[in-house]
Amino acid sequence: MNRRRFFGFLQKEFRHIFRDRRTMLILFGMPIVQILLFGFAITNEIKNVNVAVLDMAHDDVSRDITNRILSSEYFHLYQNLNSEKEIETAFKSGKVKEVIVFENNLAKNIYAKNLGNIQLIGDATDPNTANTIVAYTRAILLNYQQELNKGSKPPAIIQTEVRMWFNEELKGVYLFVPGVMTIIMMLVSAMMTSISLAREKETGTLEALMVSPLKSWQVILGKVIPYLVLSFSITLVTLALSMFVFHVPIRGNIFLLLGEVLLFVITALSFGILISSIAPNQMAAMLISMMGLMLPTIILSGYIFPIDNMPVPLQVISNIIPARWFISMLRDIMLKGAGWSVVWKDTCVLAFMAVVFLFLASRRFKMKLR
Amino acid sequence: MNERVIATNITKSFRSTNALDDVSFTVNEGELFGFIGPDGAGKSTLFRILTTVMNADSGDALVDGFHLKDEIAIRSRVGYMPGKFSLYPDLSVQENLEFFAKVFGTTVQENYSIIKEIYVQLEPFKDRRAGKLSGGMKQKLALCCALIHKPRVLFLDEPTTGVDPVSRVEFWEMLGRLKQSGLTILVSTPYMDEASRCDRVALIQKGKILDIDPPGVITKKFPLDVIAVKSDNMQKLRKDILKVEDAESVYGFGEFLHITMKKENSSIEKIESLLKQQGHQHTEVKLIEAGIEDCFMHLMEHNKN
Repeated sequence: MNRRRFFGFLQKEFRHIFRDRRTMLILFGMPIVQILLFGFAITNEIKNVNVAVLDMAHDDVSRDITNRILSSEYFHLYQNLNSEKEIETAFKSGKVKEVIVFENNLAKNIYAKNLGNIQLIGDATDPNTANTIVAYTRAILLNYQQELNKGSKPPAIIQTEVRMWFNEELKGVYLFVPGVMTIIMMLVSAMMTSISLAREKETGTLEALMVSPLKSWQVILGKVIPYLVLSFSITLVTLALSMFVFHVPIRGNIFLLLGEVLLFVITALSFGILISSIAPNQMAAMLISMMGLMLPTIILSGYIFPIDNMPVPLQVISNIIPARWFISMLRDIMLKGAGWSVVWKDTCVLAFMAVVFLFLASRRFKMKLR
Repeated sequence: MNERVIATNITKSFRSTNALDDVSFTVNEGELFGFIGPDGAGKSTLFRILTTVMNADSGDALVDGFHLKDEIAIRSRVGYMPGKFSLYPDLSVQENLEFFAKVFGTTVQENYSIIKEIYVQLEPFKDRRAGKLSGGMKQKLALCCALIHKPRVLFLDEPTTGVDPVSRVEFWEMLGRLKQSGLTILVSTPYMDEASRCDRVALIQKGKILDIDPPGVITKKFPLDVIAVKSDNMQKLRKDILKVEDAESVYGFGEFLHITMKKENSSIEKIESLLKQQGHQHTEVKLIEAGIEDCFMHLMEHNKN
């Protein structure tokens, strides 16, 4: 009898969720759109940048360098310029991001004086991009220079070779996938549960249920399970999308990863229940979860802004944000392939938070009015 | 007679306001008992305490033979329809009913006989979402949901608020029939005209019960004459009427003014002559029987002192 009661409640909750098509669409659509946006559009990578070349040398060296630059996948020749005056018009057209200028008699200068000049002009209206573009070009030039020096006796040069481990190509999407997953899970778990419980308060249905033999833990569990299923499946969709479309690697154990996902969902859900036990209506529940949850999660979790760069007080505050621990675990497992020995501490912190939230929520949420 | 609800000295306050002040009453088996009073009188708080949804500060009650602290026993014996109760708008009529049946550990089939008479009216719309029902239909469905587990005492908190007049009349007729099946019903309402539908009413104001009696008795024992007055210039009438000697109070009731005054034979003539003197046209002056509302106003005035 008791079980039938609980399943009746559970069935009702699933009905609420599936009937609300618009919310479902948003919940499933948002992570997909976000991942696609971060993967394709918002990127710091350089690819097919339009450059213009002002070649005043017209000799072997200038042609050789131009070919090298253009044969990389990073650059695309937009136009050849004939005079310095044309540089400005080229930039103003908005298409050209960099102009490469070869001086007169470049080859001659190099062989005779051991010094040739090439000017790189970046469009610094977007300083970050300009910097990156120029750096890429210089790398190619440096490469060429080394090859030139091969025959002759090279001066001793200390080379720095930079490698970006775990994300060799500095792909933005690697960074954003854990973040987007976290935000979505927070949103679905905490916000949706708190709103759904607050709605029952608002419409008086909760008061009617209080008179029923349902126990408070049954109501809480009945609210939690559907959203647990929902956010877990959304997470799977997000993961699959980032794996198959953007080839984000999962270097660690997938089951460890899913386990941590589950733990985080439970933490967020218990926080949601806690919110709804405080909030008198849907509006308040939404505001609290927005202000108290979403904003700190986005800003302080290290999702967008690195925690190490924050002022010390904010670094301290970031410790109480569950997402902070979760994101760092996700990055460890997905990108570094870390195992249990690395993430157990973060796991404990998260588990502790879940227990505290659940304890507080179950103390506050009673089948009674105050 | 069998007492189903015995409340003794129930008191409850929220911060500084007294929601309920030493409330005591009894309700008998098969009785339709009304709590009549304005918003904020304490009706909802009283119902919440009696259904164990809220704790009283002091006092106790026996609901169907169980003390208030015996929550589980009481909860399984009462049906409760909260004041702002509005069902689940995204579930269909049938799903709402089935949900409440399941949660209360029963099935619709098992107790169908109790709700049959009400539910047949809803049956043609059983697949419609509850949010799309009219106000009267919603109320009927809510009543079905509160009845589905076969309660012995039914608490209805302002069930007719926000329902159209025709549906209100229908609703009270349904309650009358339910009562005949032996169900004890406690109902609260801010509408004075609904008092006559109850076997007994408690007039409640600011957490205090002013009077408990059958509605006919309450109006009978009203100690004053009530005279209804109407004229073509009501605004002027309002001022002029205050000049009548012995007028205890004047209230507007729809198109009439009700004047209460000491019982004597010449009051009608007195008023008529005053109106003529003041130049009122199309006047109507008549002695009427006191209504519950008159009694309520009177008791309220007297309780202030």
